[in-house]
Amino acid sequence: MSKRIDVESLNVYYGDFLAVEDVNIEIEPRSVTAFIGPSGCGKSTFLRTLNRMHEVVPGARVEGKVNLDGEDLYGRGVDPVRVRSQVGMVFQRPNPFPTMSIRDNVLAGAKLNSRRMSRAAADELVESSLRGANLWEEVKDRLGKPGSGLSGGQQQRLCIARTIAVKPDVILMDEPCSALDPISTLAVEDLISELQEEYTVVIVTHNMQQAARVSHKTAFFNIAGTGKPGKLIEYAPTQEIFNNPKDRATEDYVSGRFG
Amino acid sequence: MTQTAPTKPEMGEEPEDRPAAPGPSAGPAGSPKQDATFSGLALAASLVILVVLAGVALFLCLQAWPVVGAPADEFYGGEGFLSYIWPLVAGTLIAAAIALVIATPIGVGVALYISHYAPRRLAKPVGYVIDLLAAIPSIIFGAWGASVLAPRVVPLYDWLAQYLGFLPIFAGPASATGKTILTASVVLGIMILPIITSMSREIFQQTPVLQQEAALGLGATRWEMVRMTVFPFARAGIISSVMLGLGRALGETMAVTLVLSGGPFNPSLIQSGNQTVASEIALNFPEAYGFRMNELIAAGLVLFLITLVVNMLARLIVNRYKEFSGANS
Repeated sequence: MSKRIDVESLNVYYGDFLAVEDVNIEIEPRSVTAFIGPSGCGKSTFLRTLNRMHEVVPGARVEGKVNLDGEDLYGRGVDPVRVRSQVGMVFQRPNPFPTMSIRDNVLAGAKLNSRRMSRAAADELVESSLRGANLWEEVKDRLGKPGSGLSGGQQQRLCIARTIAVKPDVILMDEPCSALDPISTLAVEDLISELQEEYTVVIVTHNMQQAARVSHKTAFFNIAGTGKPGKLIEYAPTQEIFNNPKDRATEDYVSGRFG
Repeated sequence: MTQTAPTKPEMGEEPEDRPAAPGPSAGPAGSPKQDATFSGLALAASLVILVVLAGVALFLCLQAWPVVGAPADEFYGGEGFLSYIWPLVAGTLIAAAIALVIATPIGVGVALYISHYAPRRLAKPVGYVIDLLAAIPSIIFGAWGASVLAPRVVPLYDWLAQYLGFLPIFAGPASATGKTILTASVVLGIMILPIITSMSREIFQQTPVLQQEAALGLGATRWEMVRMTVFPFARAGIISSVMLGLGRALGETMAVTLVLSGGPFNPSLIQSGNQTVASEIALNFPEAYGFRMNELIAAGLVLFLITLVVNMLARLIVNRYKEFSGANS
């Protein structure tokens, strides 16, 4: 299930603009890795290259390699659609499909590519995915109701349930709690700690306490100035990044002296 | 001193020191006179529209009035107003329906191509060309349909009559000139294509990016993404664009007049015959006088009512769509 991510000298471009320069990083399976850094430093952009979501923006391209257990995601003949079912993504704002019921939301990804499943198998997948997202008890009596009727935190966990229903190897989270209140945030953070038992989790966050709470390793990204590319400055166990960073910029950022 | 931000007056409380205009005002230092002048101008402009609309409705009703209660043999055809008008209404509805059947899938498809498939460099020119299509005068479409399209579809009609002639709508022998209601409908379909395309395109482009990314992030292909997010989001918008197209098709006069060699109601679409309300009026109006004139205007009133209902339905759906998208975006 869980796979290792190996990035080798990755450059990300939007057209001619170099957005992220020369990232080398190894992400262990069954772990939570946090990306932190100031806005515009390229951490979200880099995250999106890990499942080729950045290609949604016209003109976006990469140089370098992203290996998932040794298989290059940008290799010749690799279908981005398949990459995205292997590497799931949870977004900044909860985005359940508004016209679908809770049940259909969970099954949305699993039913793709014309896969058919029996009603019993579907029921089982809905339950296991919602349980996996700590949402089952809250919604089991209203699976037929629209997903947009849930609270923000529940919607975000529904999105996580939808992602794990596809049975990915890696789950990417792009500031998954930035639109949530503290209690919902806590529920999602608890869930992240559970998810790492089965998945490789990579999370972008602006909340440094969150990075400290949930992650094993932390990567600090920074940008030299507007128009300059973002870079990976330091990548180390989370304790080290927060308590004993090697780089001056990292220290300034995590101690709040940035800018 | 407290901020004198323009707030809504409490329920039942009279706003004393504010001009009647709603929304933020210029405040005490502004110029109430300017505001009053402009609001007066705006009011006058909107009243003119209402007056014109009411005038048209009044004209139609007054001029059509003699038709009510007139003896049946005074009508064209001699069998009363209903038997005069129903073939025309049927012809109008048939032509508009066929036009929709042709234009809807093409229009939606082109809109989707422009909004989600075409490379950017191509999307803009294609959209521009489609919009240009809307700028071509209908008489040009009519002339093209009558002189270019009609002769060229004759072999197709012959084929239809030969192999599908058992269906009443394709009963032979096919018209030798091609000037049939089917040809007119094709021309109408081309004419309403830009309406459906440009409106659908605009709505497709408004589909929340977050939703589309959610679908893609689950491993959806582009077509699956479109089916999961774009179509559900745009459904009501597509329907209202089709309704607007229908409104245009119902009222279109010149193209039908030039293309169709009209006649009494004929279930076969590939023979000459059939007529639409608008075209009937255009053809007969110049020579009409007296009661015949009242009769034609009554036909116009019927058309006015049909298009009014279609447009109101479209507005209704557009409004519902607005609420829907506001709640979920």
